[in-house]
Amino acid sequence: MVGEAGAAHDVLVIGGGGAGLRAAIAVAEADARLSVAVVSKVYPMRSHTVSAEGGAAGVIRSADSLEQHAHDTVSGGDWLCDQEAVEAFVAEAPRELLRLEHWGCPWSREPDGHVAVRPFGGMKQHRTWFAADKTGFHMLHTLFQTSLKYERITRYDEWYVTRLLVDDGRVRGVVALELMSGRIETITAKAVILCTGGCGRVYPFTTNANIKTGDGMALAYRAGAPLKDMEFVQYHPTGLPFTGILITEAARSEGGWLLNKDGYRYLQDYDLGKPEPTPVLKSMELGPRDRLSQAFVKEVEKGRTIDGPHGPVVHLDLRHLGEQLITAKLPFVRELCLEYEGIDPVRQLVPVRPVVHYMMGGVHTDINGATPLPGLYAAGETACVSINGANRLGSNSLPECLVFGARAGRTAAEYATSAASAEPSTPVRAQVADERRRLDELLHRDGGREPISAIRTEMQQAVEEGAGIYRSADSLAKAADKLGELRERYAVARIDDHSRTFNTEFIAALELSCMLDVAETIVRCAQLREESRGAHQRIDFPARDDERFLANSLIYRSAEGASRVEYLPVTITRWPPAERVYGR
Amino acid sequence: MPDQIILQVTRYRPERELEPTTQEYEIPLHEEWAVLDGLNHVKDQLDGTLSYRWSCRMGICGSCGMTVNGEPRLTCATFLTDYRPGPIRIEPLRNFPVIRDLVVEIGDFMQKLPKVKPWLIRDDDTTAPDGELLQTPAELDEYKQYSMCINCMLCYSACPIVGLDEGFLGPAVMALAQRYNLDSRDEGADERMDLLSTAEGVWGCTFVGECTTACPKGVDPAGAIQRYKLTAAAESLRSFLLPWRSA
Repeated sequence: MVGEAGAAHDVLVIGGGGAGLRAAIAVAEADARLSVAVVSKVYPMRSHTVSAEGGAAGVIRSADSLEQHAHDTVSGGDWLCDQEAVEAFVAEAPRELLRLEHWGCPWSREPDGHVAVRPFGGMKQHRTWFAADKTGFHMLHTLFQTSLKYERITRYDEWYVTRLLVDDGRVRGVVALELMSGRIETITAKAVILCTGGCGRVYPFTTNANIKTGDGMALAYRAGAPLKDMEFVQYHPTGLPFTGILITEAARSEGGWLLNKDGYRYLQDYDLGKPEPTPVLKSMELGPRDRLSQAFVKEVEKGRTIDGPHGPVVHLDLRHLGEQLITAKLPFVRELCLEYEGIDPVRQLVPVRPVVHYMMGGVHTDINGATPLPGLYAAGETACVSINGANRLGSNSLPECLVFGARAGRTAAEYATSAASAEPSTPVRAQVADERRRLDELLHRDGGREPISAIRTEMQQAVEEGAGIYRSADSLAKAADKLGELRERYAVARIDDHSRTFNTEFIAALELSCMLDVAETIVRCAQLREESRGAHQRIDFPARDDERFLANSLIYRSAEGASRVEYLPVTITRWPPAERVYGR
Repeated sequence: MPDQIILQVTRYRPERELEPTTQEYEIPLHEEWAVLDGLNHVKDQLDGTLSYRWSCRMGICGSCGMTVNGEPRLTCATFLTDYRPGPIRIEPLRNFPVIRDLVVEIGDFMQKLPKVKPWLIRDDDTTAPDGELLQTPAELDEYKQYSMCINCMLCYSACPIVGLDEGFLGPAVMALAQRYNLDSRDEGADERMDLLSTAEGVWGCTFVGECTTACPKGVDPAGAIQRYKLTAAAESLRSFLLPWRSA
């Protein structure tokens, strides 16, 4: 592990969730001589992949085809997906899911022993593999336990990466802090793969775990790599009020209904199809998440939602599915409803409302997980390839972690094999010294003004109000102003805990600075995209504008800290832009 | 104005004090608040120096295990109102060294876990599969329960042997070994037996069953261990009677 002079590895993976562990295994398998390490701020099995519920899409039935999966994905993403990447993704997803099957993942089965698949929102075929409704949990533990087989994978559990080291235009490693001891170390590497997940905690109400603070996105952005499509934030239509705990889309794919206060399946009023007693693919409750969350807002405006203690809700009705199906296929949904709402979905309606769930945007990468910054790679939610475009389809993110985790791992391994050794150069040593100063100043700061929790709460409120399900030039300008003010307040925030030992206040302060950076990119990109597409809905520009915006936004940070946005035309291979059609 | 409730929280800051102390915080008693929400209120509003782990707040990541009024609990799935009128005593998990406040060192578990080879062992190459390994729902049910372990360490906190015998593998590690032993796709039970069938393994367990009681996910480690004792006993009898058949 880390000695006096720091540690050195060929490939360093930051994050130990689905993408990170898959990447680490890919490196270990690519070249036995490579030294690979996983640095994670939590033990890998605590990573947020663990919370994914519904499933993982991959074509396996004979009635299905790669082309259909690709088309569902591209239209679901409102044509902002990179179609070349989507084609690679759908082709490799089944192989990756199969590999996980051979590694022991307890996929739910058909009576004949074949892997079972379920329908999912926006998908025209049954192609979502699942392990009851704890799919992410089982995938993560399978990957983690399998990774233990590879003795060459070194782990830095509960180490927090604070900075990427860059010299001569190439990434050379990281500065990281060990939570247990508080010591700050340099870990050099020829290649670094960011797999740190999303940034849902930028918002006040999210399904995301406490650790989802956009660290990897901020690290890349500060090191000069662009972030892509940051304005596209997915609201999942069914979160439990107060906690924001996710009720999986599988609840609807198994036949659940969304009802307004009159018991009416209101989605029929939003061009999503006609209500049928049993689920119809790509229709009504199986429409895409962006459209369903938008319909909720319209129901609120019409006064047709139910007033709950934590704001308006609609009802998810699972009662007609019966106890047997719910217990077999949605046991976690029942457990969560009972535990956190005191409601049994077998007999009662479940109150739900849209909740921030996923970032379509992230660190800009090519189809192999490479960022424009040599030596830096990214995969999973922290990256944006983009296969998700303006709206991700449910059950595409878990296979994305596998497909692009593996791709990034292989590509980084190849790069590390040919790259020169990463001996710390003078500029790198200067960056390390600079970073130590920044960390020490924060840790030992005396007489700061206000606690970081106050700044964090106001940031979350500002981003929700400014860049929520519907945005406008006004709302975004207000959010941008507020973020500027919060940044100034952050610079003089108070730290009460000056201890080196497991200082969670210090880590929270570092995470908040990441979130402030990420929030600014979300708001800035949303201001400049004067159209409505997928999850980005501008009330002042209600139509999609392919003339101006059939392009991914790339946001760069200049040396002075200001941002600059460029546009990259979308790669179209087989599916020219068309209308998104659901339920007809 | 909601009712209030008092949390009596164990503090330990190794840079400042030799022994743990107790600190009291008065917090609002909201109907829907888990004990973890109470701790977060303390952290954000009252005392930023309190350290504890948490992440998913939905009972699946296994981070937030603590001792609540003497019982090992996931604090995100344990509710304040169940302890009305209080006070509620919150301590770190037992049987682990304490790093700071409510944060325990679980490195010992992390070292023991790989020893039982908790991965699928097969003779064929698993890196490039060309089809599924079939498994019926009944075969899945054989091991499914043991695959539900979230590594939250509550069973280690509850187990009387873990505290006494530092070599003992402990409930979760053995349940996970059985998870693979009982998986119809696995061929590695023999490789796991050398370690499992020892005093560090199943024979160290006195079958108190506290692990199963403590488990928040319905895994039955005690049952896994008992079941394995039968397998191990049968296997040792078989190798005694039929030595040429034991490999």
